[in-house]
Amino acid sequence: MNVSRLSRAARSVVLTVLYLFLLAPIIIVLVESFDNATYLRFPPEGFTLDAYRQVFANEAFREGFQVSGVTAAATALLAVLTGVPAALALTRLRFRGRSAVEAAFLSPLLVPHIVLGLALLLILAPIPLTDTYWGLILAHLGVTVPYVVRTVSASLVSADPRAEEAARTLGAGGFTTFWRITLPAIRPGLFSGGVIAFLLSFDETVISLFVSGQNTVPLPVAVLQYVEYRSDPSVASLSVLLVLLSVVVVVLVERGLGLRRTLRSG
Amino acid sequence: MTADSPDPAHARTPPDPPASAGTPESPGPAATPGSGGAPHPSAAGPAPAATRRRSPGRVAFALLLPGLLALLLTYALPLVWVLRMSLNEAEDGGVIRQTLSVATFTHVLGSSHYWNVIGQTLELGVLVTLCTLVVSYPVALFLARTTSRWRSLLVALAVAPLLISSVARTFGWMAILGTQGVVNKTLDGLGLTDTPLHLANNLTGVVIASTEIYMPFAILAMISGFGRLDPALEHAAAALGAPRRTVFRRIVLPLTLPGVLTAALLVFVLSLSGYVTPRLIGGGRVFVLATEIYDEAITALNWPVAAVLSVLLLAVFGVVISLYLWAQKALEARFTGPGEARS
Repeated sequence: MNVSRLSRAARSVVLTVLYLFLLAPIIIVLVESFDNATYLRFPPEGFTLDAYRQVFANEAFREGFQVSGVTAAATALLAVLTGVPAALALTRLRFRGRSAVEAAFLSPLLVPHIVLGLALLLILAPIPLTDTYWGLILAHLGVTVPYVVRTVSASLVSADPRAEEAARTLGAGGFTTFWRITLPAIRPGLFSGGVIAFLLSFDETVISLFVSGQNTVPLPVAVLQYVEYRSDPSVASLSVLLVLLSVVVVVLVERGLGLRRTLRSG
Repeated sequence: MTADSPDPAHARTPPDPPASAGTPESPGPAATPGSGGAPHPSAAGPAPAATRRRSPGRVAFALLLPGLLALLLTYALPLVWVLRMSLNEAEDGGVIRQTLSVATFTHVLGSSHYWNVIGQTLELGVLVTLCTLVVSYPVALFLARTTSRWRSLLVALAVAPLLISSVARTFGWMAILGTQGVVNKTLDGLGLTDTPLHLANNLTGVVIASTEIYMPFAILAMISGFGRLDPALEHAAAALGAPRRTVFRRIVLPLTLPGVLTAALLVFVLSLSGYVTPRLIGGGRVFVLATEIYDEAITALNWPVAAVLSVLLLAVFGVVISLYLWAQKALEARFTGPGEARS
């Protein structure tokens, strides 16, 4: 009895320590973001929102935010437009070489981003598409399409194909069936695939580092370059703001989907 | 596209029916009343009949085309370009001589500098993988077994760091490990150290930060690989008198090994190619393949060497993944046992 209580206490201590280790950098970033020093120090001595004001005053961050936002939106749209038909073919049709094609669509996940970044630099530099929006969008497309194919395929598998067959039997064409039956059924998977693609593109650092230059600098690259030469609390504040933003996006999508689902069932 | 496709589609119809008939009728008995109620000469007309008879391979190709094009342009072709570039030679001043030779390979493999880089990359990968497994296993085991009502919150907390960019988390570690960082300030304040510990700008710091950065991946991989873990087995062993340590060694550890193996592969592969943390925490003193590829490509403008290093990294990946598949097969064989496999 005593031994088991002791081991249970020991287990709690170990787990608490491990969780603290896991969350340590986030906690520190949060604490530092409110410090009033112009350099990083510990422990913080005053409370201020100056660092947050600096984020909005920093032109590199503002421009980076815009570049990343536009790139991520365009990448997500393209990834959905190319990924959804592929997922449809992979789950609803039988054709020769299907498993090979499926493997091909997931294979970009196996290639390290440092190699993909170099590869994209080699192919985009001569065109020349490096340091442009289009270059960034193309560079991010290959690594986001697999996620869209995967999430959309998962929801296609769980959607009942008999509803589609019924529509076809009743005379609906292929496109009408997709638009009226399949699409509503896979909407949650479609949205989460799009959101994942957006967040991945917005956060992509290593590939962007290779294909961006002086003019089109996405936010993670701007932050990386800033952190390398300076360490002041504004990067901490920026990180906190970005976390808030991604939480808001995830919650909004969850809410939106949940709301739509309850409306449909009601 | 729709205009010209029906014709060849009709031409190809005869050999196809078995394949295309199999798809709609896959639900089996459930489909029988449907096909009985709507036989071939139904009022549905020629339009759906035509679309249905179109070869599935052709439809599949049309649907796959945009995605395959995207993959070809943004992934397959660039990788081929890397292979091609690795066979070129670099001359002074960033000039690249187009040839087909292995001169750059022999240059890289003959240089002790690059061997040091490869060695440090592997050393970092092994250290990070071991540390990450050790700190992730207790958390994953707890999350997989707990019935606490806080479970979903605790899972969310364990995975939440994935929402935060690794640049920001590495920045947090710089603030913790630096000479003016949290650890050294605390130790100094307590009077435990006179000179600050060197936790940043070296391999130690990179290992500590990378361990934390890959922890959520390892926890996720472990939890999803712990499917065989069944509390009933543990209870049975304990009821039969096995001490806790024996239960862990004989029941829990073997059943969780597949998950641990997957997590190990994931973390090892991620840390072999990690760039942000070695660059920022390493402070220019830790040379791994990823930082070397970037420096050769962007700073030295030596694309052939960067391509050769990339090919070497991919080769290491291939070896690691084959080792993983082999180990997985060996584990599976142990679970199913030779007797079951034969029957």
